[in-house]
Amino acid sequence: MISVQEADFDHCKEYEALRNEADGDGAVVTFTGLVRDFNISGSVSAIHIEHYPGMTEKSLVSICSEARNRWELGQIRVIHRVGTIEPKGQIVFVGVTSRHRKNAFEACEFIIDYLKTAAPLWKQEGTNQGMKWVESKVSDQEAINSWFENSR
Amino acid sequence: MIKLMFFANLREGLGTGAINFEYAGEKTVADVAQELVARGDKWRLLEDSGLLCAVNQSICDRSARVHDGDEIAFFPPVTGG
Repeated sequence: MISVQEADFDHCKEYEALRNEADGDGAVVTFTGLVRDFNISGSVSAIHIEHYPGMTEKSLVSICSEARNRWELGQIRVIHRVGTIEPKGQIVFVGVTSRHRKNAFEACEFIIDYLKTAAPLWKQEGTNQGMKWVESKVSDQEAINSWFENSR
Repeated sequence: MIKLMFFANLREGLGTGAINFEYAGEKTVADVAQELVARGDKWRLLEDSGLLCAVNQSICDRSARVHDGDEIAFFPPVTGG
């Protein structure tokens, strides 16, 4: 299940929903991405996330589909927030269940790695000179490349 | 008629997030981009080969074919998550 929303999410409720719906699965793995409470210049600032309504959801569905092609999984839940998010705020949630832990760990990492290079969302962070667009990171591209090149 | 959409710093640079574009003939995304670049000025931002594009909300490259009624988007590398 996929959500793109401005509202914050309750991590505990999401975990409980995964646990309740995970028939026969023994493992639940979750990842939460937070707004770090410092930026490049060291000051504390809110971020703002822009997205491509319609395509964001489509892309997250496609990413989860790819995860299911690679691993046998139970439940998948992805939530990505958009709009303004304060320092220490929650940006993204990825939750995965599987029978045993290996699939859930790997699929969760794969989904967030893939999302960071393929889902149409763009971050700005506050600086002394106003909002600045965050640059994409080479390390993020390398992370997803390693999934596709090495068949991890 | 096709719909063109722009996001993030590209949207800011162009001063618009969406325009309609009269469509005729057999074109690719590259052809459409070229016609916009020919308008000069800020439209030259579309020359940036680092930009990504999508047709009908699926990522593609600039050789992708375009049809009447399509939605094409141009945007910088993504930074979600």
